[in-house]
Amino acid sequence: MNIDSIINGIVIDHITAGKAMQIYTKLNLDALDCQVAIIKNASSNKNGRKDIIKIADEIDIDLGALAVICPTATVNIIRDSKVIEKRALKLPERIENVMRCKNPRCITTTEQEIRHIFILTNPETAEYRCMYCDTKANN
Amino acid sequence: MKNLIDILDLSVEEIDAMIAVANDIIDHPENYREACKYKTLATLFFEPSTRTRLSFEAAMLELGGRVLGFSEASSSSASKGESVADTIAVCCGYADIIAMRHPKEGAPLVASMKATVPIINAGDGGHNHPTQTLTDLLTIKREKGRFDNLTVGLCGDLKFGRTVHSLIAAMSRYAGINFVLISPEELKVPSYVKNAYIKAKNIPYEQTTALENVIDKLDVLYMTRVQRERFFNEEDYLRLKDCYVLTPEKMAMAKKDLIVLHPLPRVNEISVAVDDDPRACYFRQARYGKFIRMALIMKLLEEASK
Repeated sequence: MNIDSIINGIVIDHITAGKAMQIYTKLNLDALDCQVAIIKNASSNKNGRKDIIKIADEIDIDLGALAVICPTATVNIIRDSKVIEKRALKLPERIENVMRCKNPRCITTTEQEIRHIFILTNPETAEYRCMYCDTKANN
Repeated sequence: MKNLIDILDLSVEEIDAMIAVANDIIDHPENYREACKYKTLATLFFEPSTRTRLSFEAAMLELGGRVLGFSEASSSSASKGESVADTIAVCCGYADIIAMRHPKEGAPLVASMKATVPIINAGDGGHNHPTQTLTDLLTIKREKGRFDNLTVGLCGDLKFGRTVHSLIAAMSRYAGINFVLISPEELKVPSYVKNAYIKAKNIPYEQTTALENVIDKLDVLYMTRVQRERFFNEEDYLRLKDCYVLTPEKMAMAKKDLIVLHPLPRVNEISVAVDDDPRACYFRQARYGKFIRMALIMKLLEEASK
Protein backbone atom coordinates (compact mmCIF):
# COMPACT_ATOMS: atom_id res chain seq x y z
CA MET A 1 0.00 0.00 0.00
CA ASN A 2 1.39 3.40 -0.96
CA ILE A 3 0.77 6.60 0.98
CA ASP A 4 2.17 9.79 -0.49
CA SER A 5 5.25 11.21 1.21
CA ILE A 6 4.76 14.47 3.05
CA ILE A 7 6.40 17.61 1.69
CA ASN A 8 5.73 19.81 4.72
CA GLY A 9 4.24 18.46 7.91
CA ILE A 10 4.63 15.97 10.74
CA VAL A 11 5.07 12.22 10.90
CA ILE A 12 4.30 10.47 14.16
CA ASP A 13 6.12 7.19 13.82
CA HIS A 14 6.69 4.09 15.96
CA ILE A 15 3.22 4.20 17.45
CA THR A 16 2.36 0.98 19.23
CA ALA A 17 0.10 -0.96 16.87
CA GLY A 18 -3.52 -0.18 17.65
CA LYS A 19 -2.98 3.19 19.34
CA ALA A 20 -3.20 5.45 16.26
CA MET A 21 -6.93 6.08 16.55
CA GLN A 22 -6.59 6.93 20.24
CA ILE A 23 -3.90 9.49 19.40
CA TYR A 24 -6.02 10.82 16.52
CA THR A 25 -8.91 11.43 18.90
CA LYS A 26 -7.03 12.65 21.99
CA LEU A 27 -4.85 15.08 20.03
CA ASN A 28 -7.94 16.43 18.24
CA LEU A 29 -6.50 15.62 14.81
CA ASP A 30 -10.05 15.10 13.57
CA ALA A 31 -10.49 18.88 13.80
CA LEU A 32 -7.69 19.58 11.28
CA ASP A 33 -8.45 20.84 7.77
CA CYS A 34 -5.27 19.41 6.23
CA GLN A 35 -4.72 15.87 4.97
CA VAL A 36 -4.14 13.31 7.72
CA ALA A 37 -3.20 9.69 7.00
CA ILE A 38 -3.50 6.95 9.58
CA ILE A 39 -1.52 3.85 8.72
CA LYS A 40 -2.33 0.87 10.90
CA ASN A 41 -0.26 -2.29 11.23
CA ALA A 42 2.68 -1.10 9.12
CA SER A 43 5.76 -3.36 9.09
CA SER A 44 8.27 -2.63 11.81
CA ASN A 45 11.72 -4.17 12.08
CA LYS A 46 11.69 -3.59 15.80
CA ASN A 47 8.23 -4.63 16.90
CA GLY A 48 6.77 -6.45 13.91
CA ARG A 49 3.88 -3.99 13.56
CA LYS A 50 3.41 -0.31 14.25
CA ASP A 51 1.01 2.52 13.48
CA ILE A 52 1.99 5.79 11.77
CA ILE A 53 0.18 9.12 11.48
CA LYS A 54 1.11 11.59 8.75
CA ILE A 55 -0.13 15.17 8.97
CA ALA A 56 0.31 17.43 5.93
CA ASP A 57 0.81 20.58 7.99
CA GLU A 58 3.27 21.66 10.66
CA ILE A 59 0.85 21.93 13.56
CA ASP A 60 1.54 22.22 17.28
CA ILE A 61 1.38 18.72 18.69
CA ASP A 62 0.67 18.18 22.39
CA LEU A 63 3.86 16.19 22.99
CA GLY A 64 2.96 15.61 26.64
CA ALA A 65 -0.35 14.01 25.79
CA LEU A 66 1.31 11.97 23.04
CA ALA A 67 3.99 10.76 25.48
CA VAL A 68 1.33 9.66 27.93
CA ILE A 69 -0.66 7.71 25.32
CA CYS A 70 2.36 6.20 23.56
CA PRO A 71 5.82 6.80 25.07
CA THR A 72 7.52 4.91 22.20
CA ALA A 73 6.24 7.27 19.49
CA THR A 74 8.62 9.57 17.63
CA VAL A 75 7.77 12.93 16.07
CA ASN A 76 9.51 13.99 12.87
CA ILE A 77 9.10 17.47 11.40
CA ILE A 78 9.24 17.41 7.61
CA ARG A 79 10.12 20.41 5.42
CA ASP A 80 10.71 20.17 1.67
CA SER A 81 10.40 16.40 2.01
CA LYS A 82 13.28 16.20 4.48
CA VAL A 83 13.29 15.44 8.18
CA ILE A 84 14.56 18.66 9.70
CA GLU A 85 13.85 17.91 13.34
CA LYS A 86 13.07 14.98 15.60
CA ARG A 87 11.15 16.02 18.68
CA ALA A 88 11.74 14.02 21.85
CA LEU A 89 8.83 12.96 23.96
CA LYS A 90 9.02 13.64 27.67
CA LEU A 91 6.40 12.55 30.15
CA PRO A 92 4.83 15.66 31.68
CA GLU A 93 4.57 15.87 35.47
CA ARG A 94 0.88 16.71 35.16
CA ILE A 95 -1.66 16.24 32.40
CA GLU A 96 -5.06 17.81 32.08
CA ASN A 97 -8.11 16.64 30.17
CA VAL A 98 -6.30 13.92 28.22
CA MET A 99 -7.71 10.98 30.15
CA ARG A 100 -10.64 10.39 32.44
CA CYS A 101 -10.53 8.59 35.76
CA LYS A 102 -11.97 5.08 35.60
CA ASN A 103 -12.81 4.95 39.33
CA PRO A 104 -16.62 5.13 39.60
CA ARG A 105 -16.23 6.57 43.10
CA CYS A 106 -14.09 9.49 41.89
CA ILE A 107 -15.50 13.01 42.16
CA THR A 108 -14.62 13.57 38.49
CA THR A 109 -17.48 11.23 37.52
CA THR A 110 -20.11 13.62 38.89
CA GLU A 111 -18.71 17.11 39.37
CA GLN A 112 -19.63 19.54 36.60
CA GLU A 113 -16.92 21.00 34.39
CA ILE A 114 -14.11 19.60 36.53
CA ARG A 115 -10.63 19.38 35.00
CA HIS A 116 -9.42 15.80 34.70
CA ILE A 117 -5.91 16.00 36.15
CA PHE A 118 -3.38 13.20 36.45
CA ILE A 119 0.01 13.35 38.17
CA LEU A 120 3.09 11.38 37.07
CA THR A 121 3.87 9.02 39.96
CA ASN A 122 6.39 6.67 38.32
CA PRO A 123 8.34 7.94 35.28
CA GLU A 124 9.92 4.51 34.66
CA THR A 125 6.57 2.84 34.07
CA ALA A 126 4.80 5.99 32.80
CA GLU A 127 2.39 5.60 35.72
CA TYR A 128 -0.08 8.39 36.26
CA ARG A 129 -2.61 8.68 39.07
CA CYS A 130 -5.75 10.74 39.33
CA MET A 131 -5.04 13.88 41.35
CA TYR A 132 -8.38 13.56 43.13
CA CYS A 133 -8.64 9.89 44.08
CA ASP A 134 -5.15 8.41 43.40
CA THR A 135 -6.51 5.78 41.03
CA LYS A 136 -4.00 4.58 38.43
CA ALA A 137 -4.68 5.83 34.92
CA ASN A 138 -5.28 3.58 31.94
CA ASN A 139 -2.92 5.28 29.53
CA MET B 1 -4.08 28.74 53.23
CA LYS B 2 -3.70 25.40 54.92
CA ASN B 3 -6.23 22.61 54.51
CA LEU B 4 -6.16 19.02 55.70
CA ILE B 5 -7.04 16.80 52.75
CA ASP B 6 -4.45 14.03 53.18
CA ILE B 7 -2.52 13.10 56.31
CA LEU B 8 0.69 13.75 54.36
CA ASP B 9 -0.32 17.43 54.13
CA LEU B 10 1.06 17.56 57.68
CA SER B 11 4.75 17.14 58.43
CA VAL B 12 5.89 14.89 61.26
CA GLU B 13 6.76 18.05 63.21
CA GLU B 14 3.28 19.52 62.68
CA ILE B 15 1.69 16.27 63.86
CA ASP B 16 3.95 16.20 66.94
CA ALA B 17 2.99 19.80 67.73
CA MET B 18 -0.72 19.04 67.36
CA ILE B 19 -0.43 15.97 69.59
CA ALA B 20 1.28 18.15 72.21
CA VAL B 21 -1.63 20.62 72.04
CA ALA B 22 -4.17 17.77 72.27
CA ASN B 23 -2.40 16.42 75.35
CA ASP B 24 -2.46 19.87 76.91
CA ILE B 25 -6.19 20.18 76.15
CA ILE B 26 -6.78 16.83 77.90
CA ASP B 27 -4.82 18.03 80.95
CA HIS B 28 -6.09 21.64 81.02
CA PRO B 29 -9.43 21.88 79.17
CA GLU B 30 -10.27 25.11 81.01
CA ASN B 31 -7.52 26.93 79.10
CA TYR B 32 -9.23 26.31 75.76
CA ARG B 33 -12.90 27.08 76.49
CA GLU B 34 -12.85 30.33 74.54
CA ALA B 35 -10.09 29.50 72.04
CA CYS B 36 -12.51 29.68 69.09
CA LYS B 37 -15.07 32.12 70.45
CA TYR B 38 -17.08 33.82 67.65
CA LYS B 39 -15.77 31.30 65.11
CA THR B 40 -18.10 28.97 63.20
CA LEU B 41 -17.45 25.43 61.99
CA ALA B 42 -19.61 24.07 59.16
CA THR B 43 -19.96 20.28 59.14
CA LEU B 44 -20.98 19.34 55.61
CA PHE B 45 -21.72 15.62 55.72
CA PHE B 46 -22.90 14.35 52.33
CA GLU B 47 -22.69 10.83 53.77
CA PRO B 48 -24.05 9.69 57.15
CA SER B 49 -21.67 9.53 60.09
CA THR B 50 -22.14 9.50 63.82
CA ARG B 51 -18.86 9.77 65.60
CA THR B 52 -16.86 11.87 63.18
CA ARG B 53 -19.52 14.55 62.88
CA LEU B 54 -20.32 14.57 66.59
CA SER B 55 -16.63 14.60 67.39
CA PHE B 56 -16.08 17.67 65.19
CA GLU B 57 -19.11 19.41 66.65
CA ALA B 58 -18.14 18.56 70.24
CA ALA B 59 -14.61 19.78 69.51
CA MET B 60 -15.79 23.15 68.22
CA LEU B 61 -18.34 23.62 71.02
CA GLU B 62 -15.67 22.88 73.65
CA LEU B 63 -13.48 25.53 72.05
CA GLY B 64 -16.30 28.05 72.56
CA GLY B 65 -17.18 28.17 68.85
CA ARG B 66 -20.43 27.62 66.96
CA VAL B 67 -21.50 24.84 64.63
CA LEU B 68 -23.82 24.59 61.63
CA GLY B 69 -24.22 22.11 58.81
CA PHE B 70 -26.10 19.09 57.52
CA SER B 71 -25.74 15.39 58.15
CA GLU B 72 -26.79 13.81 54.87
CA ALA B 73 -26.82 14.75 51.21
CA SER B 74 -30.63 14.53 50.98
CA SER B 75 -30.93 17.54 53.29
CA SER B 76 -28.54 19.63 51.19
CA SER B 77 -28.68 21.13 47.72
CA ALA B 78 -26.57 18.22 46.47
CA SER B 79 -29.92 16.39 46.18
CA LYS B 80 -30.93 19.08 43.64
CA GLY B 81 -27.80 18.44 41.63
CA GLU B 82 -25.63 21.25 42.98
CA SER B 83 -21.91 20.73 42.47
CA VAL B 84 -19.48 20.42 45.37
CA ALA B 85 -17.69 23.55 44.19
CA ASP B 86 -20.91 25.60 44.31
CA THR B 87 -21.95 24.25 47.72
CA ILE B 88 -18.54 25.17 49.12
CA ALA B 89 -18.53 28.61 47.53
CA VAL B 90 -21.82 29.33 49.31
CA CYS B 91 -20.84 27.81 52.68
CA CYS B 92 -17.62 29.82 52.81
CA GLY B 93 -19.84 32.84 53.34
CA TYR B 94 -21.30 31.32 56.51
CA ALA B 95 -18.38 29.60 58.25
CA ASP B 96 -14.76 30.17 59.23
CA ILE B 97 -13.76 26.53 58.72
CA ILE B 98 -15.40 23.53 57.06
CA ALA B 99 -15.27 19.82 57.89
CA MET B 100 -16.59 17.82 54.96
CA ARG B 101 -17.45 14.18 54.38
CA HIS B 102 -18.42 13.02 50.90
CA PRO B 103 -18.92 9.60 49.30
CA LYS B 104 -16.99 10.66 46.18
CA GLU B 105 -13.22 10.33 46.40
CA GLY B 106 -11.43 13.63 45.90
CA ALA B 107 -14.45 15.79 46.75
CA PRO B 108 -12.65 17.60 49.63
CA LEU B 109 -9.75 18.40 47.30
CA VAL B 110 -12.22 19.91 44.82
CA ALA B 111 -13.73 21.87 47.72
CA SER B 112 -10.32 23.16 48.82
CA MET B 113 -9.65 24.46 45.29
CA LYS B 114 -12.75 26.64 45.53
CA ALA B 115 -12.83 27.50 49.24
CA THR B 116 -11.80 30.72 50.92
CA VAL B 117 -11.74 29.08 54.38
CA PRO B 118 -9.81 25.99 55.55
CA ILE B 119 -11.24 22.62 54.49
CA ILE B 120 -10.88 19.50 56.59
CA ASN B 121 -11.43 16.17 54.88
CA ALA B 122 -13.68 14.21 57.23
CA GLY B 123 -13.62 11.18 54.92
CA ASP B 124 -13.94 10.84 51.15
CA GLY B 125 -15.25 7.45 50.02
CA GLY B 126 -12.62 4.76 50.45
CA HIS B 127 -9.81 7.23 49.88
CA ASN B 128 -8.65 9.29 52.88
CA HIS B 129 -9.73 10.04 56.42
CA PRO B 130 -6.89 12.10 57.87
CA THR B 131 -8.56 13.14 61.13
CA GLN B 132 -9.12 9.48 61.97
CA THR B 133 -5.40 8.98 61.41
CA LEU B 134 -4.62 11.89 63.72
CA THR B 135 -6.90 10.22 66.27
CA ASP B 136 -5.06 6.91 65.79
CA LEU B 137 -1.69 8.63 66.21
CA LEU B 138 -2.76 10.42 69.40
CA THR B 139 -4.03 7.08 70.73
CA ILE B 140 -0.75 5.31 69.95
CA LYS B 141 1.24 8.13 71.52
CA ARG B 142 -0.84 8.18 74.71
CA GLU B 143 -1.08 4.42 75.07
CA LYS B 144 2.42 3.37 73.94
CA GLY B 145 4.35 6.58 74.61
CA ARG B 146 6.15 6.48 71.26
CA PHE B 147 5.77 6.11 67.48
CA ASP B 148 9.07 4.37 66.71
CA ASN B 149 10.07 0.72 67.08
CA LEU B 150 6.58 -0.69 66.93
CA THR B 151 5.16 -3.74 65.18
CA VAL B 152 1.85 -2.57 63.81
CA GLY B 153 -0.74 -5.14 62.72
CA LEU B 154 -3.57 -4.03 60.46
CA CYS B 155 -6.43 -6.50 60.20
CA GLY B 156 -9.59 -6.84 58.12
CA ASP B 157 -10.47 -4.77 55.07
CA LEU B 158 -7.11 -3.38 54.03
CA LYS B 159 -8.27 -2.69 50.46
CA PHE B 160 -11.16 -0.28 50.92
CA GLY B 161 -10.26 0.78 54.47
CA ARG B 162 -9.26 4.41 54.02
CA THR B 163 -8.06 4.68 57.63
CA VAL B 164 -5.66 1.81 57.00
CA HIS B 165 -4.01 3.53 54.03
CA SER B 166 -3.63 6.81 55.88
CA LEU B 167 -2.23 5.08 58.99
CA ILE B 168 0.33 3.18 56.91
CA ALA B 169 1.37 6.45 55.24
CA ALA B 170 1.69 8.22 58.59
CA MET B 171 3.49 5.43 60.49
CA SER B 172 5.90 4.78 57.61
CA ARG B 173 7.57 8.11 58.47
CA TYR B 174 8.86 6.80 61.83
CA ALA B 175 11.94 4.65 62.49
CA GLY B 176 11.86 0.99 63.41
CA ILE B 177 8.33 0.26 62.22
CA ASN B 178 7.26 -3.24 61.14
CA PHE B 179 3.92 -3.78 59.44
CA VAL B 180 1.93 -7.00 59.63
CA LEU B 181 -0.91 -6.95 57.09
CA ILE B 182 -3.70 -9.38 57.96
CA SER B 183 -6.53 -9.73 55.43
CA PRO B 184 -8.29 -12.14 53.09
CA GLU B 185 -6.81 -12.30 49.57
CA GLU B 186 -9.60 -10.13 48.16
CA LEU B 187 -9.06 -7.31 50.66
CA LYS B 188 -5.26 -6.97 50.64
CA VAL B 189 -3.54 -3.58 50.80
CA PRO B 190 -3.49 -2.12 47.25
CA SER B 191 -0.10 -2.43 45.62
CA TYR B 192 0.26 1.33 45.14
CA VAL B 193 -0.05 1.86 48.90
CA LYS B 194 2.53 -0.86 49.54
CA ASN B 195 4.86 0.51 46.87
CA ALA B 196 4.61 4.13 47.97
CA TYR B 197 4.87 3.76 51.73
CA ILE B 198 6.32 0.34 52.60
CA LYS B 199 8.54 -0.93 49.78
CA ALA B 200 9.88 2.50 48.81
CA LYS B 201 11.16 2.97 52.36
CA ASN B 202 12.36 -0.64 52.79
CA ILE B 203 10.08 -1.11 55.78
CA PRO B 204 9.86 -4.75 56.87
CA TYR B 205 6.38 -6.18 56.42
CA GLU B 206 4.54 -9.47 56.44
CA GLN B 207 1.27 -10.41 54.78
CA THR B 208 -0.90 -13.15 56.18
CA THR B 209 -4.49 -14.34 56.23
CA ALA B 210 -4.37 -15.73 59.81
CA LEU B 211 -4.57 -13.30 62.75
CA GLU B 212 -3.84 -16.01 65.32
CA ASN B 213 -0.47 -16.80 63.69
CA VAL B 214 0.89 -13.28 64.18
CA ILE B 215 -0.98 -11.70 67.09
CA ASP B 216 1.82 -12.57 69.55
CA LYS B 217 4.26 -10.29 67.67
CA LEU B 218 2.16 -7.16 67.68
CA ASP B 219 2.54 -3.97 69.71
CA VAL B 220 -0.46 -2.35 68.00
CA LEU B 221 -3.43 -4.18 66.46
CA TYR B 222 -5.61 -2.02 64.22
CA MET B 223 -8.89 -3.82 63.55
CA THR B 224 -11.23 -2.68 60.77
CA ARG B 225 -14.76 -3.43 59.68
CA VAL B 226 -15.58 -4.89 56.28
CA GLN B 227 -17.73 -2.02 55.00
CA ARG B 228 -20.92 -2.91 53.16
CA GLU B 229 -21.03 0.54 51.51
CA ARG B 230 -17.70 -0.07 49.70
CA PHE B 231 -18.96 -3.14 47.81
CA PHE B 232 -20.85 -3.04 44.55
CA ASN B 233 -21.68 -6.71 44.96
CA GLU B 234 -23.67 -7.84 48.03
CA GLU B 235 -22.49 -11.46 47.63
CA ASP B 236 -18.85 -10.45 48.01
CA TYR B 237 -19.69 -8.46 51.11
CA LEU B 238 -21.59 -11.33 52.74
CA ARG B 239 -18.75 -13.77 51.95
CA LEU B 240 -16.07 -11.55 53.49
CA LYS B 241 -17.78 -9.73 56.34
CA ASP B 242 -17.06 -12.27 59.07
CA CYS B 243 -13.51 -13.15 58.09
CA TYR B 244 -11.91 -11.95 61.35
CA VAL B 245 -13.30 -11.81 64.84
CA LEU B 246 -11.06 -10.78 67.73
CA THR B 247 -11.98 -12.89 70.76
CA PRO B 248 -10.68 -13.23 74.34
CA GLU B 249 -9.02 -16.49 73.22
CA LYS B 250 -6.98 -14.65 70.59
CA MET B 251 -6.21 -11.85 73.04
CA ALA B 252 -4.76 -14.49 75.39
CA MET B 253 -2.09 -15.16 72.75
CA ALA B 254 -1.09 -11.47 72.48
CA LYS B 255 1.51 -9.40 74.33
CA LYS B 256 0.50 -7.98 77.70
CA ASP B 257 1.12 -4.45 76.44
CA LEU B 258 -0.61 -4.83 73.07
CA ILE B 259 -3.06 -2.03 72.26
CA VAL B 260 -6.14 -2.75 70.15
CA LEU B 261 -7.46 0.12 68.04
CA HIS B 262 -10.55 0.30 65.83
CA PRO B 263 -11.86 3.36 63.96
CA LEU B 264 -15.44 2.27 64.84
CA PRO B 265 -18.23 1.56 64.22
CA ARG B 266 -17.68 -2.08 65.11
CA VAL B 267 -20.06 -4.71 63.84
CA ASN B 268 -18.83 -8.11 65.02
CA GLU B 269 -15.10 -8.08 64.24
CA ILE B 270 -14.29 -7.52 67.92
CA SER B 271 -16.19 -9.64 70.40
CA VAL B 272 -17.94 -7.56 73.07
CA ALA B 273 -16.17 -9.78 75.60
CA VAL B 274 -12.88 -8.06 74.62
CA ASP B 275 -14.19 -4.62 75.66
CA ASP B 276 -13.26 -5.07 79.32
CA ASP B 277 -9.67 -6.05 78.48
CA PRO B 278 -7.47 -3.05 79.41
CA ARG B 279 -5.65 -3.51 76.10
CA ALA B 280 -8.86 -2.62 74.22
CA CYS B 281 -8.36 1.08 73.47
CA TYR B 282 -11.06 1.76 70.89
CA PHE B 283 -13.49 3.65 73.08
CA ARG B 284 -10.68 5.73 74.57
CA GLN B 285 -9.53 6.25 70.97
CA ALA B 286 -12.94 7.69 70.00
CA ARG B 287 -12.68 10.10 72.95
CA TYR B 288 -9.18 11.17 71.92
CA GLY B 289 -10.62 12.02 68.49
CA LYS B 290 -12.35 15.06 69.94
CA PHE B 291 -9.15 16.43 71.46
CA ILE B 292 -7.02 16.07 68.34
CA ARG B 293 -9.80 17.69 66.28
CA MET B 294 -9.79 20.59 68.75
CA ALA B 295 -6.05 20.97 68.19
CA LEU B 296 -6.52 20.76 64.41
CA ILE B 297 -9.33 23.35 64.28
CA MET B 298 -7.22 25.75 66.35
CA LYS B 299 -4.18 25.25 64.13
CA LEU B 300 -6.05 25.76 60.84
CA LEU B 301 -7.94 28.83 62.11
CA GLU B 302 -4.71 30.30 63.40
CA GLU B 303 -3.02 29.78 60.02
CA ALA B 304 -6.00 31.20 58.16
CA SER B 305 -5.84 34.38 60.24
CA LYS B 306 -2.21 35.06 59.30
